[in-house]
Amino acid sequence: MRDYIYNFWQGLYTILIGMKVTFKHLFVPAVTIQYPSVKPQMPERERNRLYVNMDDCIGCDQCARACPVNCIEIETVKSIPGEDLGTTSNGKKKALWVTTFNIDFAKCCYCQLCVFPCPTECIYMTDVYEFSEFKREDLVFDFVTLLPAERIQKKKNFEEMQAKKEAEKIAAAKKAAAQANKPPEPKQDKPDNKEENI
Amino acid sequence: MMYDWLYNLTGSEILAMFIVSLLPLFVFILPFALFAVLMERKVSAHMQDRLGPMRTGYHGILQTIADIIKLLQKEDLVPTATDKILFNLAPLLAFIGSYAAFAAIPFSGFFIGTKIDLGIIFIVGVTGLVVAGILMAGWASNNKYSLLGAMRAAAQIISYEIPTLLIILTIIMLTGTLSLYDLSEMQTAYFWNWLILGGPAVGLQKILLIPFMIMGCLIIYTSTLAEVNRTPFDIPEAESELVSGYHTEYSGMKFAMFFLAEYANMFAVSAIVAIMFFGGYQSPFGYLGNTLGWTWLVPIEQFFWFTSKGLFFVFVQMWLRWTLPRFRVDQLMAFCWKYLIPFSFVILLLVGLIALM
Repeated sequence: MRDYIYNFWQGLYTILIGMKVTFKHLFVPAVTIQYPSVKPQMPERERNRLYVNMDDCIGCDQCARACPVNCIEIETVKSIPGEDLGTTSNGKKKALWVTTFNIDFAKCCYCQLCVFPCPTECIYMTDVYEFSEFKREDLVFDFVTLLPAERIQKKKNFEEMQAKKEAEKIAAAKKAAAQANKPPEPKQDKPDNKEENI
Repeated sequence: MMYDWLYNLTGSEILAMFIVSLLPLFVFILPFALFAVLMERKVSAHMQDRLGPMRTGYHGILQTIADIIKLLQKEDLVPTATDKILFNLAPLLAFIGSYAAFAAIPFSGFFIGTKIDLGIIFIVGVTGLVVAGILMAGWASNNKYSLLGAMRAAAQIISYEIPTLLIILTIIMLTGTLSLYDLSEMQTAYFWNWLILGGPAVGLQKILLIPFMIMGCLIIYTSTLAEVNRTPFDIPEAESELVSGYHTEYSGMKFAMFFLAEYANMFAVSAIVAIMFFGGYQSPFGYLGNTLGWTWLVPIEQFFWFTSKGLFFVFVQMWLRWTLPRFRVDQLMAFCWKYLIPFSFVILLLVGLIALM
């Protein structure tokens, strides 16, 4: 009987304790962050979407080689002599036109391995994490600052230069060959002549 | 009274009766349900350190209206294997049961649906229709979870009706009236005339009555909480065990009817507790209208006090809901039969002896 009354009292009393706890929580400020309008503070060294500062990129391809999932695609074209590409922020002279710099964020695993090899620190993590797309192709980001026409132009320039060089080489080779072929004739002639003379 | 006033105004008995019978629904139950659903969400959210609905209107105050619009737009689905007639009838019956209870509840001295002498017994009886509705819904859904929920609901409501009625019997013994209007009028003037503080009696009797009245109040509050199937007594719905019990198969407006019935019931039982122990529509400390001599203000004040008391008990129901976990079925039955019923018998007996004094 004593236990029975005690149980009843205990039940009532503990309910009141529980109610006290919940009532206190009624006035505790909510921990909710109103997400799209208020954004949570991201931790330091967060790893989100990559960004490439193309002004500093020298097209060294080290990031693409470091990438474990091959999501970075780089193509470069040599500049033709006389073209000034400017310098990077740490004073290196640029020598290559970067005509393709695609990062496929559908493949990217956000490992940050591409960030460390970069000699000019031009590829880095940003705080952007809201970049979902409806199509997978839309996740391929093109960082090149050149216009499509310019890219073709650069390639053409290089090819022209190459062709010019090739032509020059051929011409030079021809010249050399001609020179190699031609002089012996007189020389042959000459000794002959000389021999004949002699 | 409201009816006489409307009869004088319109000159037609039918019209006056019609308006009086529709008033609680449109003036009270629907706005109350809208408000209570929002309150439930906000109270639950803040008790869990969340914010609750925030997007629709200022701090989400239009959320329930948006929900109602959504429910109205929904297709009226009736699963093929159901018992069509019972399935469609069940939500109506559940709602009629809880709506009819408002007929005998005095909102103020001026407005009471019908001033029947058997008020409290009428409410207890007519609320029984809700059980029929729930059982019907569970059976007609042709779904084992629904049926389980409905069986549990029936078992629970019938068990908990016993302590409720025993406490009501105690009050009837003490006051000698079954009419809720008379009960409210009896506890007039100041708050020490409320039955929780011994009622209008004076002297030793009043002091002796207080502990029993507090116990009785707790018991009737608990048992009526179980009758309206709210946590910790929500085993008929028990979303973590039974999907959502008897209204698993319902959608759209039929679901909304069950929902409305639940919230109307919540207020009905809170009102019963308020009327029986906390003076009903009576103000705790006199009326401003009487002091100033504006008699028209008194019914409005009474309505204000009645809704505040009712809403306070509804708030306590929500508070309990977010404090206590759900009972097991055996615990539920043990609590009723081993604790509440013996205690209410003791109260009945001792209050009877005190009343004889």
